[in-house]
Amino acid sequence: MNDPVYDVAPWLVLLPLAWAGLAFVWGPGRGARLALAGTALQLLLTLRLAAELLSLGGRRHAVGGWGAPLGIDLAVDGLSMTMLLLTQAVAFAVFIYARAYFTDRSADGDGHGARNHFWPLAGFLLAAMNALYLSADLFNLYVTLELLGLAAVGLVAAGGNAAQVSAALRYLLVSLLASGAYLLGVALIYGSYGTVALSALPLMSADAPLAVALAAALMGVALLLKTALFPFHFWLPPAHGGAPAPVSALLSALVVKATFYLFLRLGLGLFAPLGETIAWLPGLLGSAAIFWGSWQALRAQRLKMLVAYSTVAQLGYLFLIFPLLAPDGLALQAGVMQALSHGLAKAAMFMTAGVFLQVSGRDAVADLAGVAGRLPVTLFAFGLAGVTLMGLPPSGGFLAKWLLIDAALAQGRWGWAAVVIAGGLLTALYVFRVVRQAFASTEARPPLAPVPRTLEWTAFALAAASVLLGLRGMEVLHLLDVGAAS
Amino acid sequence: MSSGLVYAVVGVLLFVLGAAGMLLLPHLLRKILAFNLLGSGAFLILVGLAQRDGGVDPVPHAMVLTGIVVAVAATALALALLRRLHALSGRTQLADESADE
Repeated sequence: MNDPVYDVAPWLVLLPLAWAGLAFVWGPGRGARLALAGTALQLLLTLRLAAELLSLGGRRHAVGGWGAPLGIDLAVDGLSMTMLLLTQAVAFAVFIYARAYFTDRSADGDGHGARNHFWPLAGFLLAAMNALYLSADLFNLYVTLELLGLAAVGLVAAGGNAAQVSAALRYLLVSLLASGAYLLGVALIYGSYGTVALSALPLMSADAPLAVALAAALMGVALLLKTALFPFHFWLPPAHGGAPAPVSALLSALVVKATFYLFLRLGLGLFAPLGETIAWLPGLLGSAAIFWGSWQALRAQRLKMLVAYSTVAQLGYLFLIFPLLAPDGLALQAGVMQALSHGLAKAAMFMTAGVFLQVSGRDAVADLAGVAGRLPVTLFAFGLAGVTLMGLPPSGGFLAKWLLIDAALAQGRWGWAAVVIAGGLLTALYVFRVVRQAFASTEARPPLAPVPRTLEWTAFALAAASVLLGLRGMEVLHLLDVGAAS
Repeated sequence: MSSGLVYAVVGVLLFVLGAAGMLLLPHLLRKILAFNLLGSGAFLILVGLAQRDGGVDPVPHAMVLTGIVVAVAATALALALLRRLHALSGRTQLADESADE
């Protein structure tokens, strides 16, 4: 079994490419079953890889046997493994949902164009994300970033109406500007060190050439722009809030996490010494994101815009960890747990928004009145996802925020802990704004279209998983102790 | 001044011009052209900085080739989206969508 063919890592990229290509050739709207089978297989392979990782440590795979620097190396360690697990799990649930969402002919209005192109684009998106998590050199990471951006833009535009195309163009231009800056950073690094392999690059020292500091700045800004950290969040709400529900779920739960992962990886590795001096900056921007995103979520008229602004706020928590990174690893655990639980909860929340949209044909928060009695499962799912976002026990969000507060108090830095708590209260306000409206009694009871049960229950399953993650969270976080292969 | 450094300096100029164009020009076609300028600048820097030892280093050449393929694909997608936007709404600029809605 030592044959490289049996190595799991390359298959995580090849499988989605294969089913995406087949779905494309098959024709518009086809390929849902293929995608589900492929993603189920990917999920199993990821679990196997996680087991291998726990028993054998970090893995490397030289694609085609070429090896770096000429060939491409794939590498897995604990951090990338947790992200791979999140990606396959959320994608599998979203695909079950999407199959029911896009075959329903009765309602909605935003699914018509997207139905035709969803499966190939989603496959390319997954392939790009898996490749990003497996990449071991800076240039390969650039290519995967571009692939991810192009697939995501395609998904945003697939609905085909003017607002979606406009949001997609804005997203594309932001993404291209960021990729250009990242590429310039790669060029400067190559010019300074003569290599782009993450394992071969030295840690940036105090006497590093100016070009390396410039590269760090360029790559940092590029990744923040792509992760939509405040004040770079302007492109996210129209893109995520305007796309069909399954697309929004994939984008908000997974795609922004991929660039965050890269920011974290470079911040922990290559640019770690620099990070110690300016780590307050991402923390400060993260705090601003929490307040601004929550405030906009409170004011949003449309449910999907509310959920999209909630993403802006929740992404802020991810960046609070940088000032608190310490050898005890608490802040790192908090960041990864926040990425996992937000991924599950936000996918569930967009899926419930899609259900509300399908039954009523309208998306305004005000139109939710009286929905509690008619869609109890969906509303319960929304509430459970809200519990995770607020950080109530025993959810994964609670664990993340607990670890974050723990890290802040251990270092005696009360300010960051206060931000976490205030952010939780603000989250509660906008979640309860929706729930209260759903329980409001209403005279007019417009007829509701029937909704496939799959839609309701997949959203519920993801929301429940985000809450239950808190009970098993520490075991998942043990994966983080697995280092990279030498 | 070595030839490599000349390439790099010209590359920086092109990159800055392109970045400014993407941020400041309102017309979408100009933004897309500016992106291509920016990309060319990055490629020039990559090739220029890598010629340090006098010899030719093949790795950045391979990187630039890959980068060109990516840039062409991205440009095609951007142009297709722009055409669609123009056909649907008659606009060639992004509307200034304010924070709400």
